[in-house]
Amino acid sequence: MAIIEARGLSRTFKSRGRTVEAVRGVDLTVTDGEIVGFLGPNGAGKTTTLRMLTTLLRPTAGTATVAGADLLKDPATVRRRIGYVAQAMGATQGGTDPNCLVREELGIQAELYRLDPAEAARRRELLIKQLELTGLDDRLVKTLSGGQRRRLDIALGLVHSPRLVFLDEPSTGLDPQSRSHLWDHIRGLRGELGTTVFLTTHYLEEADALCDRILVIDNGEIIATGAPEELKRRISGDVITLSVSGDPAAAGALLAVEPGVRESSVDGDSLRLTVEHGEEALPGMLRTLDSQGIRLQSIRLARPSLDDVFLTLTGRSLREDAPEPAQPVAAGH
Amino acid sequence: MAFFHDTLLIFKRQVRLSLRMPAWIIIGLVQPILYLAFFGPLLSNMTGHHLPGFPGGNSYQFFVPGLLIQLGLFGAAFVGFSIIADWRYGVIERFRVTPVTRLAILAGRVLRDVLTLLIQGIVLVLAGVAFGMRPPVTGVIIGLGFIAVCAVSLASISYTVGLLTKSEDILAPALNMVVVPLMLLSGIMLPMTLGPGWLQGIARATPFRYIIDAMREAFDRHYFNTIMVEGIAVAVGMAAVCLWLASRAFVRENA
Repeated sequence: MAIIEARGLSRTFKSRGRTVEAVRGVDLTVTDGEIVGFLGPNGAGKTTTLRMLTTLLRPTAGTATVAGADLLKDPATVRRRIGYVAQAMGATQGGTDPNCLVREELGIQAELYRLDPAEAARRRELLIKQLELTGLDDRLVKTLSGGQRRRLDIALGLVHSPRLVFLDEPSTGLDPQSRSHLWDHIRGLRGELGTTVFLTTHYLEEADALCDRILVIDNGEIIATGAPEELKRRISGDVITLSVSGDPAAAGALLAVEPGVRESSVDGDSLRLTVEHGEEALPGMLRTLDSQGIRLQSIRLARPSLDDVFLTLTGRSLREDAPEPAQPVAAGH
Repeated sequence: MAFFHDTLLIFKRQVRLSLRMPAWIIIGLVQPILYLAFFGPLLSNMTGHHLPGFPGGNSYQFFVPGLLIQLGLFGAAFVGFSIIADWRYGVIERFRVTPVTRLAILAGRVLRDVLTLLIQGIVLVLAGVAFGMRPPVTGVIIGLGFIAVCAVSLASISYTVGLLTKSEDILAPALNMVVVPLMLLSGIMLPMTLGPGWLQGIARATPFRYIIDAMREAFDRHYFNTIMVEGIAVAVGMAAVCLWLASRAFVRENA
């Protein structure tokens, strides 16, 4: 059963006479119980799409049904049924007030979701235990470490046991160990509670490790969807990088016609080939080069990563993208 | 009704935060108390000369209503900064994602600002009493009532501009541009009747002029006259307009 069904979602911002199309016609479907990831560079439209799906921003076009309620006609019901955890960096922070106590934040969150006091207390105890916030009840939020604060952000999004929770860049800014723990908690959400998780990230490892399915987004459009393994297999392939003594372009032309070779490109002194089933193609290539008398200096076979997927789809590497603000920060946001 | 429940929720939260950092409430009082202590005595000599516009009695009776408005102008008008800070923390968005009544996010804050201003106002009146002012209790209550209504107007507008601009760099000059002329034209320090015709004309266009005049009437035991009616009408009218504008900003679909 689809817990999110969106068609043609778009959002345009106008700022100082310039029009920015942050999201252009996004279609997506998310099934109950999935962990879905929105993968894309900064400025791709991830946060904007998330904010539309959580009723914080009105789409300029498109429709959606979220958690069984119409996004445009019945946003109040959507709000009752979902949780949302904002990103910890950016124009706005994760949502906790540094001058409040941890238990005050959990308390007011429960009341905002109309939980009765007994239920609220029960949820608070449970979340504190599950997200390892024990003993921090009476601390001011500003005294928490980055990891603790992020876990509190997530606890606040889960107070009312929503069926669907949106996590915007959950582990940005955390050290690797905190990040790894966070992944365990997120997996636990789905495993123990059946919660559907929709997260955004620009970290490849995160998408790879957590998501059942990935939606690759760039420049406001979804350019590919699928399970991580499937995407890597389908869109990219194994990458063989080699350098020869002599002109790599000649070797490139020669090898491009080998069976299984999808693409070839020259990068400085080395030749980069995208090949299906690289391990099997390798011996054949070595023989071809040999038979033509081309001396091979080095050769390397790499399994594809999501960065390769992104590179194939957009011609850019996810890693090299500098953060660019696609959304205006002041009025009109 | 959900609105009242949510407003109370936000109100309690704001009060808790204020109690944790009471410095701001005390700082808000410093300016008017300084004016009372250092400028007030200059005025007491003027009543002796029976200048037009000054009531026959104690000069502090004339001055304190003006100081109460000044308290409101510089206190309530500048609350917008706190909502910009909350926006930055992500708290506003976090609340807006919940089923909370969005108007309550404004109302709870305004209620706290009204409470703060009332407490500060009482302290100011007591300081005035220490300087020899003997206002009627009914008059003081009416005066504080006016302040409460003014706080609603000023705080609402401040939060609205804060939420719409999300920038202290825009809010600060915008507020100063509005608050300083209002202060000068409202007759806080000296009666506007001392001024030339053109100045009085401009002052007539300032809402606070009518409110201060009405407060002075109340402090002078004149409770039922046209000045009072005008003052009430202006105060309530201003609050209605400000609340309406603020509700548009807080309830709209986009943060």
